Amino acid sequence: MLEAICIFLPLLAAAIAGLGNRRLGDRGAQLVTCGAVILSAVIAVYLFVDVALAHHPRTVRLFNWISSGDFRVDWALRVDTLTAVMLVVVTVVSACVHVYSVGYMSHDHSKPRFMAYLSLFTFMMLSLVTADNFLQLFFGWEGVGLASYLLIGFWFHKDSANNASIKAFLVNRVGDMGFALGIMAVFAIFGSVEFSTVFDAAASKSGATFNFLGYSTPALTTACLLLFIGAMGKSAQLGLHTWLPDAMEGPTPVSALIHAATMVTAGVFMLCRCSPLFSQAPDALAVVCVMGGLTAFVAATIGLTQWDIKRVIAYSTMSQLGYMFFAIGVGAYSAAMFHLMTHAFFKALLFLGAGSVIHAIDGEQDMRNMGGLRGAIPKTHALMWIGSLALAGIGVPGIYGFAGFYSKDAILEASWAAGGVGQTAFWLGIAAALFTAFYSWRLIYLTFYGKFRGDHHAMEHAHESPPVMLIPLYVLAAGALLAGIGAYEWFVGHDRAAFWGASIVTPPGHDPIEAAHHVPHWVGLAPLAVGLLGIALASWFYLKRTDLPKKVATAFSGVYVLVFNKYYFDELYDAVFVRPAVWFGRLFWQRGDQGIIDAYGPDAIASNSRRFAGFVSKLQTGYLYQYAFVMLIGVVLFTTWFLWRGH
Amino acid sequence: MNSAASWPILSVVTFLPTLGALLACLMRGDTPSGQRNIRWIGLWTSLLTFAISLLIWTGYDPSNGGFQFVERYAWVPSANFIYQKGVDGISLWFVLISTLLTPICIVSSWDSIKVRPKEWIIALLVLETMMVGMFTALDLVLVYVFFEGVLIPMFVIIGIWGGQRRIYAAFKFFLYTLVGSVLMLLAIIAMYLKAGTTDMIVILRTPFAAELQIYLWLAFFASFAVKMPMFPVHTWLPDAHVEAPTAGSVILAAVLLKMGGYGFIRFSVQMLPNASEYFAPLVFALSIVAIIYTSLVALVQTDMKKLIAYSSVAHMGFVTMGIFALNQQGLEGGVFQMISHGVVSGALFLCVGVVYDRLHTREIARYGGMSVNMPRYALVFMVFTLASVGLPSTSGFVGEFLSLLGAFLRNTWVGVLASTGLVLGAAYMLVLYRRLFFGKLEKADVKAMADLHWREIVVFAPLIVLVFWLGLYPSTFKDPIASSVASIVSAHQARITPKAAQADGAYAPGAK
Repeated sequence: MLEAICIFLPLLAAAIAGLGNRRLGDRGAQLVTCGAVILSAVIAVYLFVDVALAHHPRTVRLFNWISSGDFRVDWALRVDTLTAVMLVVVTVVSACVHVYSVGYMSHDHSKPRFMAYLSLFTFMMLSLVTADNFLQLFFGWEGVGLASYLLIGFWFHKDSANNASIKAFLVNRVGDMGFALGIMAVFAIFGSVEFSTVFDAAASKSGATFNFLGYSTPALTTACLLLFIGAMGKSAQLGLHTWLPDAMEGPTPVSALIHAATMVTAGVFMLCRCSPLFSQAPDALAVVCVMGGLTAFVAATIGLTQWDIKRVIAYSTMSQLGYMFFAIGVGAYSAAMFHLMTHAFFKALLFLGAGSVIHAIDGEQDMRNMGGLRGAIPKTHALMWIGSLALAGIGVPGIYGFAGFYSKDAILEASWAAGGVGQTAFWLGIAAALFTAFYSWRLIYLTFYGKFRGDHHAMEHAHESPPVMLIPLYVLAAGALLAGIGAYEWFVGHDRAAFWGASIVTPPGHDPIEAAHHVPHWVGLAPLAVGLLGIALASWFYLKRTDLPKKVATAFSGVYVLVFNKYYFDELYDAVFVRPAVWFGRLFWQRGDQGIIDAYGPDAIASNSRRFAGFVSKLQTGYLYQYAFVMLIGVVLFTTWFLWRGH
Repeated sequence: MNSAASWPILSVVTFLPTLGALLACLMRGDTPSGQRNIRWIGLWTSLLTFAISLLIWTGYDPSNGGFQFVERYAWVPSANFIYQKGVDGISLWFVLISTLLTPICIVSSWDSIKVRPKEWIIALLVLETMMVGMFTALDLVLVYVFFEGVLIPMFVIIGIWGGQRRIYAAFKFFLYTLVGSVLMLLAIIAMYLKAGTTDMIVILRTPFAAELQIYLWLAFFASFAVKMPMFPVHTWLPDAHVEAPTAGSVILAAVLLKMGGYGFIRFSVQMLPNASEYFAPLVFALSIVAIIYTSLVALVQTDMKKLIAYSSVAHMGFVTMGIFALNQQGLEGGVFQMISHGVVSGALFLCVGVVYDRLHTREIARYGGMSVNMPRYALVFMVFTLASVGLPSTSGFVGEFLSLLGAFLRNTWVGVLASTGLVLGAAYMLVLYRRLFFGKLEKADVKAMADLHWREIVVFAPLIVLVFWLGLYPSTFKDPIASSVASIVSAHQARITPKAAQADGAYAPGAK
């Protein structure tokens, strides 16, 4: 019952705020939605304590959704440790973002609509993480996609926002197509799409084959790779990532909630949920590992070159998601979930902090027009430092570290320990860690240090955000400061077996986390070392020798142009998919339908029978009744013939 | 065949609208008060018909997959023609969609049809009789009469109240259907000669020789493929939709197309099982082409109605694919997709009608930014857009997913290729929505448009409820379908020769 309340409260709030806006007013809508989500967060914390710490996982069955032959799907809420972690992350970050939005959107005209969308998103995300079967997961999956589409395009008078929202929906749909096919493959293999049934039978199907596209393929690998395509879309992995940077067209609180902390981690959650399947499909895991490593690296390089403050953080998000994926690729699901959780806090903090900067200088997002802001907005400045330290994974080994220090270390150690593709991912991850620290401090120095480079008036008006925006930032900062050290033992430390219970399955005798605890000393220190190096380099480039960035860019102009233009993925997709689709559409319509089918079909007959048609129209019946007439004659002849024949 | 006997409910639902039409015939249609009275007669008749048709639903036993409410009278005893009616879990829903949409069409056209309102109401009521008659008939001759008879009021509707190129559209429609009808008639005659009766309950159990099945199947296919419509005989549909008045488009999309799908199930699949197995690959190929080809064509349309018409062809591609998957999920998915499409495409055409009534253009580029001045309309349109896109929790998802699943289980190629429709379908609908509702509100005449009128809200409300009911708790509708489909599938499995079963390369769930 409590589970259902936790999930449906935001939906109720969304309906009230969205449909009853005129009577409710702006303030009413804000109160209802914020109140509902905060209440959800309180319940989620209680559920976390009960489920994850007191070990009481449960499943609440609501009602039957779709059943067709053997295909049976219920609406049910599954709350185990994996879900409980997500419940806390989603509701806490969502509550912070809801409250923050009250301040951030104070000048907007459609506040109730915005709050309703946020709450709708929260509901969809909660139903995603509480799914009991693949189809319900798909419901939440597409639902968050819808909410993301609505929120990216929230300022629908802007063409760029409309383009970005459609792009986000469609690129995600490509992933969803893979996901849907994966669900069908799971059903074809297991005869069920319910998690418990499928996962219990996973081991018995490890050698099975499946006839896919005419080939006999390993059943579980095929299904897992199809599911992974879905995860790639939602979690912006290389190839299906092009929507995420554009999604920054949405208001900043949306970027923090959806495109940093929660929705984009749905892919990570899904793969962790499917750990019993993936653990039986090592080839699929290897693919996940490589894709994750590449994504972490490529996204970090792009982050080095961008000027838009939100886009830098967006590429950073993509890069960190890459870390989570290669953690999964080496079987370190719990490390991936750990990083998911810490990342949610510090990345939401960074985004909302960036929002606070943007809010302070009237909507400016280009870092070339910022600088020297630390005097005007000191609290935001300090919060951005905390977020960046957590992101870069800085800490003192054995004593204290910011959140990312623990989770990133766990991932890198596990991948080194795993060997094989894991080591490739390890080195990609180390390189990405260097870049991460560099672009984070590049952002800090360009924004807060040096001289202000923008319009004078903007600087004069620059103001610290109101408490309604700062308090959520403090909550998230507390997470960035404490989530790593506080939750380490549960997620990847000694308590992990009891903590996760049956919600995550790793093959027996092969626990990458256990192996991670026994890696050489330098492996554990490497991420910290490159992080510090990155900060030092950024300080050198952007505080001391501010001419250097330009020189380096010119010296390596070929590489720079490639990276700055995001490796030309957008241009490539435009040339390969978008334009041809329109071109083929025109071709089929004008040459196919009109040029061939109509021209040789009805039109040809029509022109040949013009004389006949002229004759008919003389009878004043028109074409209209012709058919009726013919049909009647047909029936009469038919009946007459049978009557005659019957005698 | 439970509660059937007490009174002939199916005949009442079929002919009550005709009674209303006759009553309207007697009224004066040339005075404003007379016209108002005729509209009220039309509304009350159709509402009463709908109310009675609900009794079919409440009295229907969902666990029984056979025909219920069967009525049987001698018609032409000498030739062994009978007047026989009955519904199963599939036709039940088409009857209800027909009886639901008729009053909705009458209400939606209350103000917009000003020319010859008397004939308008009569045409709609006669159309209702024909539709219900077609879906409830269980005699070959009776089916044929209604199947063809439905076209008469439809022609009248397009011809009198249609747009400027209505003659071209009607003629195109005529040419296409003529070929199909002639062949269907021949096939019916052949069946009669073989079985010695036109009683469909008997014919459903009559095995036809494999070779004869091939010819019969092709003859029926010619007729149903045009009705569906399937690629490449779909080009009449966009023209007919564009020229038809709003209510005509609604009935055309929601009910008339479904006669093709219903025919495929009742005649092709149920009566000609071997030929259906044999021709399934052909249907798959045409369905996939329809899904991809017409989705791309929809993407570049500039006329709203044409865009939705092409989207109908793509959605019907899912239906034919699901039906000829010939398994439980595919057939159920196909039927469910037809019901959902009936609600959603009907509603989308009503949505087009809303702005067409105000601005008298269907040109997409003439609109833009309407979510500013018409927020309620924007919300309604969004609901149906999402249902058309097949978002889970709307009606569109259940049918689309099940038919894809059915096809995937039979042949993964079909499932994979058809699933591209998930992306393409989202593309054209979202682009349409964006061009209508987003962007700046600049054009003066668009700015001046008022939001939904209360009568329009009354029209949309039941359809919105249905979209979510079908999507969130489909069991209500699917239980009757499931038992009928189960009996169809088991009969089919029993009747196809073992040879055919091996050849299709089906992958049974849970195997290996």
